[in-house]
Amino acid sequence: MIEAKGLTKRYGDFTALNKVSFQVRQGEVLGFLGPNGAGKTTTMKILTCFIAPTEGTAEVHGCNVHSDPMGVRQAIGYLPESNPLYTEMLVLEYLQWVARMRGLEGAQSTQRIRTVVEQAALGDVVTKEIRALSKGYRQRVGLASALVHEPPILILDEPMSGLDPNQAVEIRELIKSIGRERTVIFSTHNLAEAELACDRFLIITGGKIVADDTPLGLRRSAGNRRFVVGFRGGDRAGIESGLRQLPGVGSVRLLEEGAETRFELEPDGALDLREMVFEAAGSSSWPLVELRGETRNLERRFRELTVSETTDPSFGDREDA
Amino acid sequence: MRMMRNIAQRQFVSYFNGPVAYIVICVVLLITGFFFWQQFFLDGRATVRQMWTWLTWCMIVGAPALTMGLLAEEKRTGTVELLLTMPVLDRDVILGKFLGVLGLYAVLLALTLPYPLSVASLGDLDWGQVTAGYLGILLQGGTMLAIGLLASSWTDSQVVAFFVSLILCFALGVVDKVLPLLPSGVATVAEWLSFDFHRRSMARGVIDSRDVVFFATSIAVPLMFAFRSLESRRWK
Repeated sequence: MIEAKGLTKRYGDFTALNKVSFQVRQGEVLGFLGPNGAGKTTTMKILTCFIAPTEGTAEVHGCNVHSDPMGVRQAIGYLPESNPLYTEMLVLEYLQWVARMRGLEGAQSTQRIRTVVEQAALGDVVTKEIRALSKGYRQRVGLASALVHEPPILILDEPMSGLDPNQAVEIRELIKSIGRERTVIFSTHNLAEAELACDRFLIITGGKIVADDTPLGLRRSAGNRRFVVGFRGGDRAGIESGLRQLPGVGSVRLLEEGAETRFELEPDGALDLREMVFEAAGSSSWPLVELRGETRNLERRFRELTVSETTDPSFGDREDA
Repeated sequence: MRMMRNIAQRQFVSYFNGPVAYIVICVVLLITGFFFWQQFFLDGRATVRQMWTWLTWCMIVGAPALTMGLLAEEKRTGTVELLLTMPVLDRDVILGKFLGVLGLYAVLLALTLPYPLSVASLGDLDWGQVTAGYLGILLQGGTMLAIGLLASSWTDSQVVAFFVSLILCFALGVVDKVLPLLPSGVATVAEWLSFDFHRRSMARGVIDSRDVVFFATSIAVPLMFAFRSLESRRWK
């Protein structure tokens, strides 16, 4: 469906994208993640044929971005970053114009506009000027206009940024419903929303892909589980050395000291330590009050993947080129 | 071709959704009308040649005002990305934008028709000359609009686009006024480059193919550079 091969984009000395290759299968919803300035927008601009890569190539829906940009553009519905619209137009006027630009005429155009208006729940605002709409509605107008020509592929650049939580949920649900029939790529820097909407993650940082995995896979690769054990009172040093001697315990870290003492345990491998700790506590009569396992969260994994790549922390704030 | 028409149409209609077009049309008609009629009764001759002069001066400011937003504003708001990721050629975007603003200018010129009509009711007006004059002023305005579009393609600031095209239009508009100051060889070239010179020659009622070719070229060249400038985003 989409195949990017060695995409590189340089702006003067600055390399925005460095040999990026990936594939998106038909019907897949792909989350494109990374810090600001990682190259997400650049990749999307290349896939939509707005700019050309310095090196490398991409095939979109069987059309090459170099040799058949018109074919690529036909196959794609695109929502650019910050959702630019001709704000002086009425919603309906705008959708009609987009339909004409997409080569739809007459009854077919009316039919399609009716469908996307319904899909994006724009019925109440079709006769309003776009500039009078709230951000959530504008986002839906942008999505509706990207869907008018029934593209097999949708590319959405930060579709949920700047929306309030309710609007974000609505847009996410809309994207999910669109994703049932179409291939969708959307970029975001919000992991939680991406995990809820997409089948697969692509994490990019400093112009390179650092992870290409399902949300579940990424959680797994986030490393071993860790366990938190808490005791009320008791001999802290004795308990700590006792824990260290348990088979399968990799490391023991003191989290909290005081009325309650908490330790963090990391297992060697994927062992579940809870049972063993419970039994050890029973036999050594440690005053156990807490025992739980924790999966390392995605945010932490995301940070591990993206921060190590950027030597200068100020780079993280760079605008998407 | 159809894409070009869609873009031109949207551009033309969008002028009437904002204030700029109304302001430019009103100001141009007011200034042209005032000075033309003031002079007209002093001269006492049934001709509209003075009107062309005033229209030229007005359009030196008016053309930059009408064209400054054409691409600069689209680049600033990002709508250019929307436009250029539709199945449309860069060429159609430039030509569509140009035809959209040229259409607005044609409306403006149509609104000046009451002036020659009034003159005709006062004396014996040569309509052939007026027609040639309208063609000349349309072509000259087209040149200024093409220059304005070019300036607008260079920047994403409307103010910058306005002043750059104002300077260019002004320079090409007045260059034939400073001919006596220039050495004779340069003067010939400068006079030929001045669009006022060609416009005046058409206002005499003579449609000389050299003048038409001059205007056609001086519309095409800025448009071509504007196309290049738009296209350059791809490999910059």
